[in-house]
Order: sequence, then C-alpha cells, then structure tokens
Amino acid sequence: MTEVAVFEILEPGVLTTIQDLGRYGFSQFGVPPSGALDTFSFRVANLLVGNRLEEACLEVTVMGLKLKALTEVVIAITGGDLFPTLNGEPLDMWRTHLLVKGDVVAFRGLRGGCRSYFSVSGGFAVPRIMESKSTYLAGKFGGLEGRALKRSDVLYAPDNPIPVDRLGYRFPKDWIPPLQGEAFLRVIPGPQDRHFTKKGFETFCSASYQVTRQCDRMGVRLEGPKIERRIDVEESIISEGLLPGAIQVPGDGKPIILLTESVTGGYAKIAAIISADLSKVAQLKPGDHIRFEPISIEEAHNLLKEQEGRLRNLEESLPSHRR
Amino acid sequence: MSLYRKTPFLVIGDRGLLIEFGDEISPETNQKVRAMALAIKTAAIEGIMEAVPTYRSLLVVYNPLIVSIEDLKKRLKLLEEKLPQTLFPEPKLTRLPVVYGDLYGPDFDYVAEYCHISREEVIQLHCSKPYLIYMIGFMPGYPYMGDLPEALVTPRLKTPRLSVPAGSVAISQKQTGIYPMESPGGWQIIGRTPVRLFDPEKDPPALLRMGDLVQFYSITAEEFEEWET
Repeated sequence: MTEVAVFEILEPGVLTTIQDLGRYGFSQFGVPPSGALDTFSFRVANLLVGNRLEEACLEVTVMGLKLKALTEVVIAITGGDLFPTLNGEPLDMWRTHLLVKGDVVAFRGLRGGCRSYFSVSGGFAVPRIMESKSTYLAGKFGGLEGRALKRSDVLYAPDNPIPVDRLGYRFPKDWIPPLQGEAFLRVIPGPQDRHFTKKGFETFCSASYQVTRQCDRMGVRLEGPKIERRIDVEESIISEGLLPGAIQVPGDGKPIILLTESVTGGYAKIAAIISADLSKVAQLKPGDHIRFEPISIEEAHNLLKEQEGRLRNLEESLPSHRR
Repeated sequence: MSLYRKTPFLVIGDRGLLIEFGDEISPETNQKVRAMALAIKTAAIEGIMEAVPTYRSLLVVYNPLIVSIEDLKKRLKLLEEKLPQTLFPEPKLTRLPVVYGDLYGPDFDYVAEYCHISREEVIQLHCSKPYLIYMIGFMPGYPYMGDLPEALVTPRLKTPRLSVPAGSVAISQKQTGIYPMESPGGWQIIGRTPVRLFDPEKDPPALLRMGDLVQFYSITAEEFEEWET
C-alpha cells in the first residue's frame, strides 16, 4: 500500500504518542499491553473517520501539540477537551473535519480531562511490533521509533481516497462521557482485599483521593487517607500478573491505579476498576478528586455491555457501514 | 504444604481471573503454573486474550463480552483436572557469559563481604548450577531465576538505583535475574552479560522462556568488550 505524508509536527506538546488498542499475548515475555488509555474515545475517533476500531491514533496529553496538514485529510478529535484549534479558531470535537494542505491544528490547554485522541482517515502508518502499533515508552519500541513524537517528525497514512460520506458526521452529544467534578470509579474488590483490615477497606470505599503529579501511562499515584493493612500479612506479595485498573497498595498505604504499561507486580491489590470506568481513569490529571465504589462483577459486566452497545449503535448508524 | 489442595480462582477486576496454585516460590508450584499455561494455549478457549504466568499463579485475561465468567471457570477447572497428564517439552539450557565485578558489578564486593566469602567464591557459587526460569516479568525479557546456593543469599538494596545498565546480572534473596534494558532496579548487581536478552523485532522477542534453564559462566572484561552479539 502506498503511503503519503499527512502531518508535520510543529510542536510535540507535553506527551504525544501513537497508540492502538495494545498488544496482547506477549506478557509471557514481560511485555505489557500498552495502547490507548481511554479506549472508548479512541474507538469513537476511529469510527468517525471510517477506520477500523483498532486503527492507530495519536494520544495527546494535556496540551501543546501543534501539527500542520501536508495534504488533504479527514480527521476527528475525541476524549479530553484540550482546547483544539484550527488555524487559531476553536475546533469542534467529536466530529469529522476536512483539513487542507497547510492547515494547522493546535491543542491550547486543558479544559476538561487529560487525554485527547486524534484520528486520521486510514490511520497512522507505522510498523507493527508484536502485532501492534502502540508505543511502549518504557520499553522503547512500537509507535514511532518507540518514543513520543518530537518536533519535525513527519507522520504518514495510507494513500486512500477521502471518505467524503463521513464529512460533518458528529458523535451524539448525550453520549459524550462527562468530565466534570469528582470521578466515581466503580471497583470489584480483590484479589488481596483480605490483606487489609475492615477499617482499611472502609477507608478505601469512603474517602476522597486526590491524583498526585506521579501520573503517567504506567500508573496513577493517589494521595489520601492511609489504608490500614492487617498486621499478620506481609507488605509485599509474590510477584503476579497485573491488569489495567488494578489498584495496588504499597507499604505507605496510599493506593496506586495501574495502567497499560505494567505487566507484573509484587504489591497487594485491594480492588480493580471496572472496564466501563477505565476511560474515566484515562482522563484524570494531577489535583483531580476520585472516590471508589465497590460493585458486583455481574453489574460490571452489564455496564460494559451497555457501553459497548452504544459503540455498536454508532457503528451501525454510520454511512457506508459495510458489515 | 506449599501447593494448595484446591486451586483458588481469584477475581481481578471484570476481565481477569487469577488461578493461584500455591503460596510460595518453589519449582513444584511453578511447574503447575506452566502446565496450566500450556493447557490454556492448547485449548484455545474463545474469549481468552492473554495468560500471564508468574511464580505461583496464572492470570487469565478474558473478554466478558465473548465468554461468561461462569463458562470460563468451568472450562478452566476441566483443564486443571487433566494437568497431571501434561507433557512438558525438554527444558532448553542457555549458557550465558558474565563479566563479574568492577564497573560491571558495582555490588559484587558488597555481596562477597555480606556473605563472608571471597570474590572467587561468589563467581564459583553463582556459576555452580543451572537455574530454573520461574517467570519473565517486571520488564520485557527479565528472567526471574533460582534458587541461589544458600551461601550467596543477599537481601535487595535498601534504596533502589535510578538506573541500571542493560545486561546487568543481579541477585536478591534466593533469586537471580538479568536487566535486559536500562531501567531503575533494586537488586544487587554482580556482573554483566554481553548477550542481548530482548529484541522486539524477533519472534519470539525474548531469548529466555519460563521453565527453561540458564547456566552462567565467567568471562574476562576483554572478552566482554569484544563480544559479538
């Protein structure tokens, strides 16, 4: 397939990486999944421009990314509101836009959330490493040369015709996940919830925790009341496999939410965030407040089905749906 | 009894099941983890995205939209009942060269001092037998191996280093490991290997696999510097 240069990076911003839905099946070699943190917004960005759900997008963090179109392309921006502009004018999110050669898109600052997804029709062309285009920052592979984007990088996409039928298409406003206020994150207790006292578990479920500055693609460290551990269990456990959303509590009693660049770990996990709420975690930034609420696994699976149903409805309602 | 009589299935979130075979690090427990990982791979159950084998447990990552947790548990229990019949491939022995001490092993002298043995004895002991690879984890290609001879058992560093060079060979308690790439690390660094343990472009990407064996041997600094990978 021929590829064409679509964007030049004028400013890389705080952290911009190429991500898809991650690599699975390689954890036996110590390789974490990586991939977009807010998979809901990520997939909507792809659907809008007519891509497959898992096509590679840019994950834009906080602010500062500025890029110039090198040819005519269709794009969409979803996820956290980082105040995107087109040639200096505010640019609507959650809809498609046609850019022409020379257009400049910039992300001017945080208005809500923390991470935006920037899709281009056809998807960003980078080699697949272990079946995925996702950047794994700590491992220095995947995405564009295993690193965050930098100034003067040129991004490529397949040389496909412009999907004219997608122009002006919007994601329904009521379906956009709200980003304001304190985030309620629903969790399923375990697998080591019994390592904490009854009081410790109650603290975890009732207190408000604040996101610290130690917040990246590996995990989110929280500040708040200490979670009391039982005196007859050790601080560390024998190292075991991890999932994005697992909440580990190290010796200091302050919880850490693990994200997609973690593979194994040796701290007790009091609970894990349900899949339907992981997109909210992706939009947390330092200073934000959160609360945890335990629910049953059946409820969690139902909530996930609801969320996936919404995506499917969108997929089926789009023009030129070919399935 | 380190192996549980009945294997518990623990829930981790709404997409993970943790199958725990025992409560300590032992080859016997680890063998069960490996057998179960092999059984799951062979069974190719629809909806299982990943199986993460570690010292004493196996994390099964599933898609609840494809397979229900009840069905998954049932199928995994059936697999577990047949585990004693598992046939393992013959373990592969990999010999790895190590240059010990000096700038390659900043904690080498401390280990000798802590264990009250000579520098030569540290090398002899570390190279005295093949080690079992219990798991690959923490970072791509990092082998957790054991068990070290009792005389070499040393606790981890009190304060982890911010940066450990790629290829560093380290020990901690009864375990030994190798940092495949530069990273922070809390283990005692005793030497370095010139062999590359992880290459994302290769299939498989990691040189070593869980269940296989590693035998270290000592090389000189000159041999290390001239090593061609």
